[in-house]
Amino acid sequence: MGIAKIARRTFLIGAAAVAGGVAIGYYYVNKPYDNPLENDLADGESTFNPYIKISEDNTITIITPRAEMGQGIHTSLAALVAEELDISLDDVKTEHGLSDWAYYNAAMMEDGVPFAAFDEGFLAEAARTAMPAVSKMLGLQVTGGSASIKDAYNKMRQAGCATRYMLLEAAAKEFGVSKETLKIEGKTVVDPASGASKEFGALAANAVAMGAPAELVLRDKKDWKLLGKSQPRVDIPDKVTGGHVFGIDVDLPDMTYGTVKMSPRFWAKAKSFDDSAALAVPGVQKVIPIETQTGNGFGIIADNTWAAFKGAEALEVEWEEASYPKTSEALMETISAALDTEHDQSLRDEGSVVTAFADAPREELIEADYTVPWLAHACLEPMNATAQWKDGQLTIWASTQAPTVLQMVCSGLVGVASDDVKVHTTKLGGGFGRRGEVDFAIYAVELAKHTDGRPVKVTWSREEDQRHDTYRPAAIGRMKARVKQGELPSALDIHIACPSIMQSLMDRTFPGQSPAGPDNTISHGAFDQPYTIDSYRVRSSKADLPIPIGFWRSVGNSYTGWFHESFMDEVAEKSGMDPLQMRLELMKDHPTAIGVLQKVAEMSGWGRETPAGHGLGLANVLSFGTWTAMVVEVSSANDEIKIENLWAACDIGTAIDPSIVKAQIMSGAVFGLSSALGQEITFEDGEVVEGNFDEFDSMRMAQCPNIEVEVLETYHKIGGAGEPGTPPSIPALANAIFAATGKRIRSMPLSNEIDFVS
Amino acid sequence: MKLNINSRLVEVGDDPDMPLLWALRDIAGLKGTKFGCGIAACGACTVHVDGVPMRSCQLAVGDVDGPVTTIEGIGDKENLHVVQQAWIDEQVPQCGYCQSGQIMAAVALLSETPNPTDDDINAAMTNLCRCGTYPRIKAAIKRAADTINQEA
Repeated sequence: MGIAKIARRTFLIGAAAVAGGVAIGYYYVNKPYDNPLENDLADGESTFNPYIKISEDNTITIITPRAEMGQGIHTSLAALVAEELDISLDDVKTEHGLSDWAYYNAAMMEDGVPFAAFDEGFLAEAARTAMPAVSKMLGLQVTGGSASIKDAYNKMRQAGCATRYMLLEAAAKEFGVSKETLKIEGKTVVDPASGASKEFGALAANAVAMGAPAELVLRDKKDWKLLGKSQPRVDIPDKVTGGHVFGIDVDLPDMTYGTVKMSPRFWAKAKSFDDSAALAVPGVQKVIPIETQTGNGFGIIADNTWAAFKGAEALEVEWEEASYPKTSEALMETISAALDTEHDQSLRDEGSVVTAFADAPREELIEADYTVPWLAHACLEPMNATAQWKDGQLTIWASTQAPTVLQMVCSGLVGVASDDVKVHTTKLGGGFGRRGEVDFAIYAVELAKHTDGRPVKVTWSREEDQRHDTYRPAAIGRMKARVKQGELPSALDIHIACPSIMQSLMDRTFPGQSPAGPDNTISHGAFDQPYTIDSYRVRSSKADLPIPIGFWRSVGNSYTGWFHESFMDEVAEKSGMDPLQMRLELMKDHPTAIGVLQKVAEMSGWGRETPAGHGLGLANVLSFGTWTAMVVEVSSANDEIKIENLWAACDIGTAIDPSIVKAQIMSGAVFGLSSALGQEITFEDGEVVEGNFDEFDSMRMAQCPNIEVEVLETYHKIGGAGEPGTPPSIPALANAIFAATGKRIRSMPLSNEIDFVS
Repeated sequence: MKLNINSRLVEVGDDPDMPLLWALRDIAGLKGTKFGCGIAACGACTVHVDGVPMRSCQLAVGDVDGPVTTIEGIGDKENLHVVQQAWIDEQVPQCGYCQSGQIMAAVALLSETPNPTDDDINAAMTNLCRCGTYPRIKAAIKRAADTINQEA
């Protein structure tokens, strides 16, 4: 077993990796992974690198090894390659490809460093520089952290560029001319002087033999033909005709079906069960008790999904009691108590808030507690996976954001090496972080052990999905500021208590290897904002609770953004300053922030006379490297709030596809507004109460405001698109409600205190 | 048991209590119709029965009393329905999981109300989209309405 493999199994992901430093042998870090495409080329196919296959019939396949879950990533990744290969997107096929370490995401962990995006000091840069090496060693092929483009921007353009060089070189040799004289038209190399031409497909085998060029010159941004321009998305024709294959649509010869019924109390086991009624359901084949690292319960194998669901309903189980506080109130008390303990981490501490508050007259102080509940991801495609365990070979088909993690974890379930597990990534019906988990694949593999080599597709009911999520954690933010009438705040102190996502994730994904260190995700979105305040402190405390929690679109920013930006609205109110003016002054060290604030002010007509009952709210959150400001306009009539408009301005540095970026920011905003409108996961007797969309709904068409998004490209680094739209939408809405009604709401969802038009 | 689905007689199994959704997906192999909630709350499973939009997760096979049309029955990539074309022109889908149901709901709306107002659209289009594509769905419905009215 090589070092990389051992490291992959034993390495601890998370803040500890940065804080403790990571010793990695230079050789192992720099040794490239093999090209996985070489293992199963069809006749007449050539591969240049892990991203490109060209066949003799001139079919060009671009491997786009990130999960397509609606973010248009297959289009944008293909465009990075096509731009340098000098071909159009119509000329290529895109494929996710089989899982492989070679497709590790180098950029995802960069955002996990405990530094603000704009901090380019020595320590911050050193930590960022270390991260790709860590990612590479772990071989984490993961789609997350709004990092796919950041990760691919250079390596996929280089893949296209190197391939173009090799094709031109092969053609030059064949035509007996210098390659500088050649042109590419369609998928063909043309010699304008002689009129000779040869298709890529006919050149490919010789071109591969040329070997990769030592040096590449990537096309200058100003010469881009595809990048920077909106492309028709490659996945859309299938998505409007019902032909798009999600995990739940996998269909294999001799396939059987299944579902699970897991303990509704986390980590509890069955005390007793009676499966006679379940087995009596026509079509039900077997009931299998399963005990796994992600939960305990039963699998039901049946002739079709409906029979499996009926079998699960008929299965009688008495479950153990919950080992943790059983109600939402009791769970929140544990989080609240963490605020009274010494903090675990303080990632911002400028000036001295202690001194600033010590001599503050009471009328200059402002204090508030903000709280958010647990939230479900509610991906519209319920969790599912298909597995086959046959002749010592484990194969998994899944809507997954983390195929190599499935390889690592599921290999252990059947006792094979992780390299011997094949994971096929289908398209995803929503991900939002939920599909980076391993539970759905583990259960499919557990059932596949009982189907005599037949593939089994295991689909969860909506209730099973919603009651066994890895939830966005509940959190409390204790906020305090000193501000004088008519002045900027002189002190801001934030203490956030929340269970640790990293701890929860590691406990269930790699049991026994959990990092004990602090968790940056508790306070990112609060500690790393572009404000300059004399005394400015952000602390966090972990609350110890076993409710499974995980990455939910924008992670900690989903609540810290609201804590910070709604409280800044309170600070502005206390000072008597206009919320926009106050932010412009506090962010004057950051021209990018000023740019998006001024843009959104212009778009929304900030400061204009609004109709009676209307109010505008502003928020600004820098997350995942993208500077995003939003204004929401609401109207209040008959004690009901209607969200009329949302304007967003973001600075993403470089927009590979402006329409996709806009769609993602809009999508993120609707996701955030949905949570504020009425989403809340609650607990009774240790079980999640809300089982389906009748109790945990999302925004519908009639509630959706007009949305306008402007994308700026002034910042010198590329930011993410999938998540930054979520954090500012929530405080912008809450602040608009305050502007319209004078009601300051400090706990989510807002619907607990105010009614929305349905 | 056989049903008229997309103008063909299709085998749907022998359990009259099975929801049409699961008969379509697991028995007839028509997987464009999606499972989202199972309680008719999200609309991902919307099909037409006799031209009327129905949530197939709550409709037992034995209760189907007319010809069924699914997303596969209204058009394919070579021969797109005007609503599907509008969905492409407006680049509506993100993850795409709800879009079969959205398109079926929109086709039904436009056949009843060829010139829908925003209020008509809000009232008819109650399907859930977790990606938040609503503004583009609205634009696509209006685009399809324009096309239909020009053709008429």
